[in-house]
Amino acid sequence: MKNKLIMLACGFISMGAAAKETITIATVNNGDMITMKELSSDFTSQNPDIDLKWVTLEENILRQRVTTDVATKGGQYDVMTIGTYEVPIWGKQNWLKELDNLGENYDLDDLIPAIRSGLTINDKLYAAPFYGESSMVMYRTDLMEKAGLTMPKAPTWDFIRKAAKAMTDKKEGVYGLCLRGKAGWGENVALITSMANSFGARWFDENWKPQFNTPEWENTLQYYVDVMKESGPAGSSANGFNENLALFQTGKCGIWIDATVAGAFVTNKKDSEVADKVGFALAPDNGLGKRGNWLWSWTLAVPASSKKPDAAMKFISWATSKEYTQLVADKKGWAKVPPGTRKSLYSNQKYMDAAPFAQITLDSIQSADPKNPTVKPVPYVGIQFVAIPEFQGIGTAVGQQFSAALTGQMTVKQALSTSQHLVERTMRKARYPK
Amino acid sequence: MATTNSRTLARFMLLPSVILLLAWMIVPLCMTLYFSFIDYNLLVPGDKEFVGFLNYEFFLTDPAFFESFFNTLYLVTGVLLITICGGIGLAILLDQAIWGRNYVRIMVLAPFFVMPTVSALVWKNMLMNPVNGLFAHFAIWLGFEPIDFFAQMPLFSIIIIVSWQWLPFAALILLTAIQSLDREQLEAADLDGAGPFSKFFYIVLPHLSRAITAVILIETIFLLSIFAEILVTTSGGPGYSSTNITYLIYTQSLLQFDVGGGSAGGIVAVIIANIVAIFLMRLIGKNLEG
Amino acid sequence: MTIKDSRRSKLIYTIAAWTISGMIFFPILWTLITSFKTEAEAISASPSLYAFDWTLENYRDVLSRSPYFNHFWNSVVISLGSSLLGLLIAVPAAWSMAFVQTKKTKHLLMWMLSTKMLPPVGVLIPIYLLFRDFALLDTKLGLVIVMTLINLPIMVWMLYTYFREIPNEILEASRMDGATIGEEIFHVLLPIALPGIASTLLLNVILSWNEAFWTLILTAANAAPLTAFIASYSSPEGLFYAKLSAASAMAIVPILILGWFSQKQLVRGLSFGAVK
Repeated sequence: MKNKLIMLACGFISMGAAAKETITIATVNNGDMITMKELSSDFTSQNPDIDLKWVTLEENILRQRVTTDVATKGGQYDVMTIGTYEVPIWGKQNWLKELDNLGENYDLDDLIPAIRSGLTINDKLYAAPFYGESSMVMYRTDLMEKAGLTMPKAPTWDFIRKAAKAMTDKKEGVYGLCLRGKAGWGENVALITSMANSFGARWFDENWKPQFNTPEWENTLQYYVDVMKESGPAGSSANGFNENLALFQTGKCGIWIDATVAGAFVTNKKDSEVADKVGFALAPDNGLGKRGNWLWSWTLAVPASSKKPDAAMKFISWATSKEYTQLVADKKGWAKVPPGTRKSLYSNQKYMDAAPFAQITLDSIQSADPKNPTVKPVPYVGIQFVAIPEFQGIGTAVGQQFSAALTGQMTVKQALSTSQHLVERTMRKARYPK
Repeated sequence: MATTNSRTLARFMLLPSVILLLAWMIVPLCMTLYFSFIDYNLLVPGDKEFVGFLNYEFFLTDPAFFESFFNTLYLVTGVLLITICGGIGLAILLDQAIWGRNYVRIMVLAPFFVMPTVSALVWKNMLMNPVNGLFAHFAIWLGFEPIDFFAQMPLFSIIIIVSWQWLPFAALILLTAIQSLDREQLEAADLDGAGPFSKFFYIVLPHLSRAITAVILIETIFLLSIFAEILVTTSGGPGYSSTNITYLIYTQSLLQFDVGGGSAGGIVAVIIANIVAIFLMRLIGKNLEG
Repeated sequence: MTIKDSRRSKLIYTIAAWTISGMIFFPILWTLITSFKTEAEAISASPSLYAFDWTLENYRDVLSRSPYFNHFWNSVVISLGSSLLGLLIAVPAAWSMAFVQTKKTKHLLMWMLSTKMLPPVGVLIPIYLLFRDFALLDTKLGLVIVMTLINLPIMVWMLYTYFREIPNEILEASRMDGATIGEEIFHVLLPIALPGIASTLLLNVILSWNEAFWTLILTAANAAPLTAFIASYSSPEGLFYAKLSAASAMAIVPILILGWFSQKQLVRGLSFGAVK
């Protein structure tokens, strides 16, 4: 009761103050988003009639909350941070508002095509990219030298294995290769699926039949398990992006294959002990014409249930604009600019000088092709994921089998046949092919 | 004895609780029951067809189901064993004359106040992490290979964390019970020449039986729905080795957004919980009353 | 037993008790200490209990990143509000169960407890839809209601067991004197049962403070308590042990202090009828 009175009172007050609008922004707790929140006073001073409220959450919890809200039309949020996985699914169901009001100076054509096409359905843009990433190889130049090897610009998986073995010195706490092992569709499955693409494997054939019983998958997973046994750190099966980042920053990894955004973190002198000893290379391949690099972007979108779409779009336009890039550069330095969304950033010499990983990032993003992720044709879109609603569930379940194979609780064959079985079940229940 | 008047009044005073709990239970339960018979995925809007027992069939034949059923049992019994045995020991110790008893008591009590998410995060990252965790540093210092807790013994690691949270609760209730023990009885036993073990088994333990019952009941209620600790530490893996029923339902409801399947799982979990409850009542119900 | 003997056994027991309780408390102590370290020191391979440069930087970081005091206030309102509301409903129920027993009382009590066994995820979608329709999403009122309902069975049971230990004669005597039921409850029962009521209240404040499922799923920016605050630290990028520790400390210290001050109260009332 009292609560309602207060709400009512607040309502009157805000009506009095020239109809000030409050928009609620749900975002993930990544460094670039935290920076956005910090700098958002720039937006509110330009738009004094808009107030911002923030909900910052860990990725998985964020995803649950926004998905529940958007699907039930709960209307709790006006701006949602979502990934390239959600956008096509949600857009198809009309859960998102088309971003048709981003302002004249927004320069849509400046967006990197590979990223933009993933956010566009029937020529309508449903989300604006905040940052984009692919994956790449990060390695320690000093350890590489010590091992007497040179990293090519485009290594093969065989070379990675050899180099990792040579760099490993378990007594000193140096592990040659750090890869994601934590179960989850956005964790180990993202890495292993991208890897699998370069080994020629795929999730489904053209008739939506799961393909885990193919030799391509066996090769992929066997390689992953073997190489981690040889050169991986203890506790790999619990390591995700953050854990590996911490390991790499403290000098415990020789090679780390992960998101291109990590480039900025590992070369940042404040947090990284190895900042000046890092080299970059393209994600490895296996001679089949596909590299194991993924494509992802965190985007901002307006749910259809939002009652303040105009204010929300104004905010999105601000946060994904060239001006915002400039703002971050002024306040935080060029290296901290959110990467991977605009072509203009990569023709900016200041950025290219400040970010040694920039060229690799751009090359990786541009070479990624979500419509043809692997060697053989597939019925789905997505490189490290399959853009169907069922994927979060089966992805995570399969990820658990992979991590069981990594810890040795299951053999590679067992893990794959269990995966095959449970994906078949889910697809049967969801009545594919649709 | 109470008059008819006060009896009516008593009924009346019970009403708010009963009605509220009934509503809290029945409304969602009916909706869940309804959802469990339709094909309803939150991410696939459209016709919600009636599918009969299909959701139940898929949930019960899920390869994860049996493993998670047994994991649930291991988790509950494991934590109960540790907290009750440890709790009795602590209660006896805290019952002795010691210096600084208040400080000791607050230290023992403290884990109970910690949020499950926080304690799982702290144990996972700062203590049990095999590279940067304190246990690993300690093992290396002693010259051992650090244990990779969540890979090598995932369920047991979770049992440890959960036990740490519930040990204070058990110790506290058991301590209260021990303090009400008749000292003369113990002294009489002393005079009869009874050793510490026979005193414990013939006097202390029987006296504690009611308290133990209460601990089992309350803890079971909470332990059946353990979830945050698993989500934060192992996400149910590797494989299904640390998935319990609650977590399995979670993956159905909040990862697949399969409301139908999740609801069927929810109903199955309610049935299991009720079986456990009936079993508990039979086993210890007598102890509770009297 | 000689005095010397008893002093020696006291010493042994003291050492044992301090060692064990120290081990139990250690994870919390370690979190508190780590929260004052720099990130590099926090994961150093030769960790130290005190010999490092104490810094408040983590706390500054955490405070600048999220509106801690909002979350804190929400936690206070939700946990206290639901506990008080719960008492209001539970005391009459427990009174009538304890003093006007029927054959069904025990079954009723067991049924109430069994409602707690419903796994929350299983009913998530129904509750979410209801909350949406009643405009309770992201309101403190909504969370107060949920917390009250979740903890009501435990409250009724705790109070019931406590009330049962009060001799019926005392109440009957007041009834003889012509007291009404209201007077009986307020003037006779409540003063006697105060320790039990206080510890029921405390236990429920603790349980609601730490509840991390509904508080996370049903809130956004306005009503989110400290559990949501923690959820924004659970895996940020890069080195995070020290910041995580600082955020953890800020989430648990208020309730630890409350526990510290009320431990005697809690110990006295938390018997669940186990004392006879």
